[in-house]
Amino acid sequence: MTISRRTFLIVGAVTAASVALPPFISAQASAANAARPNKATVKIWINGEQRDLDLDTRTTLLDALRESLQLTGTKKGCDHGQCGACTVIANGRRINSCLTLAVMHEGSKITTIEGLGTPQKLHPMQAAFIKHDGYQCGYCTPGQICSAVAVLGEIRDGIPSHASPSLTEPPKLIASEIQERMSGNICRCGAYSNIIEAISEVAEASA
Amino acid sequence: MKFDTPATTNPIDQMKVVGKATTRIEGPLKTTGQAPYAYEHHTAVPNQAYGVVVGSAIAKGRIASMDLEVAQAAPGVLAIVTAANAGKLGKGKYNTARLLGGPEIQHYHQAVALVVAETFEQARAAAELVNVNYVRAEGVFDLAATRDSGKEAKDQMPDTVHGDFDAAFAAAPVQLDATYTTPDQAHAMMEPFASMAAWDGDKLTLWTSNQMIDWSVTDLATTLGVPKQNVRLISPYIGGGFGGKLFIRTDAVLAALGARLAGRPVKVALARPLIFNNSTHRPATIQRIRIGTTADGKITAMAHEGWSGNLPGGKVELAAQPSQLLYAGENRRVTMRLSTLDLPEGNAMRAPGEAPGMMALEIAMDEMADKLKLDPVEFRILNDTQVDPVNPRRPFSQRRLIECLRTGAERFGWSKRQAQPGTQREGRWLIGQGMAVAFRNNLLVKSGARVRLNDQGIVTVETDMTDIGTGSYTIIAQTAAEMMGVNLDKVVVRLGDSSFPVSAGSGGQFGGNCSTAGVYAACAKLRESVAQRLGMNGDDVTFVDGEVRSGNKNVPLREAAQAGELVAEDSIEFAELSKKFQQSTFGAHFVEVAVDSATGETRVRRMLAVCAAGRILNPTSARSQVIGAMTMGVGAALMEELAVDKRVGFFVNHDFAGYEVPVHADIPHQEVIFLDETDPVSSPMKAKGVGELGICGVSAAIANAVYNATGIRVRDYPITLDKMLDKLPQMI
Repeated sequence: MTISRRTFLIVGAVTAASVALPPFISAQASAANAARPNKATVKIWINGEQRDLDLDTRTTLLDALRESLQLTGTKKGCDHGQCGACTVIANGRRINSCLTLAVMHEGSKITTIEGLGTPQKLHPMQAAFIKHDGYQCGYCTPGQICSAVAVLGEIRDGIPSHASPSLTEPPKLIASEIQERMSGNICRCGAYSNIIEAISEVAEASA
Repeated sequence: MKFDTPATTNPIDQMKVVGKATTRIEGPLKTTGQAPYAYEHHTAVPNQAYGVVVGSAIAKGRIASMDLEVAQAAPGVLAIVTAANAGKLGKGKYNTARLLGGPEIQHYHQAVALVVAETFEQARAAAELVNVNYVRAEGVFDLAATRDSGKEAKDQMPDTVHGDFDAAFAAAPVQLDATYTTPDQAHAMMEPFASMAAWDGDKLTLWTSNQMIDWSVTDLATTLGVPKQNVRLISPYIGGGFGGKLFIRTDAVLAALGARLAGRPVKVALARPLIFNNSTHRPATIQRIRIGTTADGKITAMAHEGWSGNLPGGKVELAAQPSQLLYAGENRRVTMRLSTLDLPEGNAMRAPGEAPGMMALEIAMDEMADKLKLDPVEFRILNDTQVDPVNPRRPFSQRRLIECLRTGAERFGWSKRQAQPGTQREGRWLIGQGMAVAFRNNLLVKSGARVRLNDQGIVTVETDMTDIGTGSYTIIAQTAAEMMGVNLDKVVVRLGDSSFPVSAGSGGQFGGNCSTAGVYAACAKLRESVAQRLGMNGDDVTFVDGEVRSGNKNVPLREAAQAGELVAEDSIEFAELSKKFQQSTFGAHFVEVAVDSATGETRVRRMLAVCAAGRILNPTSARSQVIGAMTMGVGAALMEELAVDKRVGFFVNHDFAGYEVPVHADIPHQEVIFLDETDPVSSPMKAKGVGELGICGVSAAIANAVYNATGIRVRDYPITLDKMLDKLPQMI
């Protein structure tokens, strides 16, 4: 049987509630797979603290943080790597925590928004977001802030971006560089203009 | 407190706290991840289970059978809710489609089941195992094809017919007759719809993400068939709404049903790819606009006729409405027609009516100015009106549109613009400037609050008002601080709980003015109680610097609560003033774009808005509301469109990868100017809304700038490069 992409989608849409379940895999077979307990232990350093987790292997890093560790500062906006709300810093680099499984992070050092600062002791980036009103509803904010902290690190480390005029010259701390690098973090409230001002202020202070 | 005569001098006029640029009081919580959103109340109740929603795979028809056996047997599964076991469900007043489908299906991705399991991973896996057999029915999905079947929605927008449009238009020496389209758009707020339900006997508590607490308590009780007093909603933080969270949605109903069936608390968040078809959207419109003027540009005839579609029982999109009031002109016809479509439910999105209406009207005005060889700013000034054009005895309470236009033109450097399109070039970029008017009516809704004063001098405000990013927490705190004569740090604000007095809620840009007016009313009552307790009864009692003063007596405010906490509750109720005066907010948008002469890619380079919207309670958050709305307007102008599959009947691009919204790189530095204004007719706060004003007209300003840059007039939003490619200048 040949299944074209088109017939596949039509068949999938009509016969199954979920398009994600291919019709040629029987539901029983999937159920049998699901029945097998797939748990694993993983040791992750979260905000400087060692956490030992015993997890369903399907658990994303995002859900491990939010549900297992109840660190809900990291947000789930899309769960598909499209919005950036779940951005955390893993071993010094920002990642979408929804696109990576927790068990892949044995020994990783993860910094979340809770690890950057607290209401009593704000990180300079958090303080700058407040000062410049770089947020409204606040849901994308932890991701924006984690991304912003990492972006300044990337520019400092000389990593070029699409907006860099040269791949070999060190990138500059200018608005267009920051805007390009921050474009994976969507803010539907539209605080972009203020966010760039907040990041630029922190960048200038640390330059 | 009844508000039936224009406000005179009151304590808010001191402007010691109100009107000062103030950072958000909840900022430290939001920026550190400590503010709890709907899905994050881990410690509220023990033993929380997870629910995952299954959406319909057809747009219209019915469920022939459901095979749940395999899913039911999957590890960790506790319960599966479907229409078959949910019991009899009602439908909320504000919902069009039912929130749990089956056996009849009304739209694609309508919820058909909720799978509840011990963990999210188990619930998600089991949801994939739910097997549904559908019988598909023919549906209608193409607005343009249904246009002729559209009907007047008399209860929402009766036709405005004034003078003799046909004769006046025929006689007009200069005429425009053009048709514009706006597509279906998604709110696409960052926080998915989410709720957690917990039953205690027959009492339900729902932690959710909702803009209108009281509407939603009523609708949830109606849907579940339980008494309203048995339902409590808690929604302290809302990750964006834009109208999408005005009503209860399927997460609320299914969490409640799932929790009842599973016998334990259940939380439900809609998966992002489900949201675009499962929830509501801004309906697409077709708008035909005809303008006739005298040779020197005075409008004599104006017709704005629009068409939109919705599910049976759904509302019409009031796109033509702005043309009832915005410009002068003797002869006028303003109509909307509603036809039936089987697409997901159309409903309110930020500035419903005005946003898509101004997208069309303000291109039409630009086209007309072009025909008249008049400057677009001057053409609008020429046709300004200070009264309702259809009912000239009804003046605008405030209308400083001309000042907005002049101030904006001056600040933007409008005089440097080249009127001839396609004449400014920088390398490969074609440069253009465009402008448009912003216009949105000011709505008034009853709003209540309770205020407490304790023996520490702390003032606590409780109201079911919500903060969806609008800045409610802060402006309410500012209002209470001003009224009670204390610093902001002496005020605690508690919002979004149905056990608090009913407020206006967040919608229609009425929340800021109305909810603070309700707090004003409650504080006025508290001031009376304080004065009474302190034995001060003169007219000269003032509340200043944490003290109550009368004659030569100065007493710390906290003294009034030494004998026990003082509590006052009141609401603001608006009477006839809104009938005597037309209340609206005004603005002017100025935009500069660069269009790539080879690819047609449009980049927005500069944006300026000048707004006249009554007293600005907090310039910081008000400015953010306006730049946020301008950003959403960039999306509407250049990229946002729910692509309709007209055969199967659904929105194809139902996630953030397919439905593009503006990102950092799309948005330049934005400037906002507020005219210094108070409107005593609006409320004791003398404020009006700004949250929606900013989106009205801005997309047209961009469209007009694109025209100025290229000479290409795109009348079908969004202005994507495929609509310009064949008209761009020849490559040399």
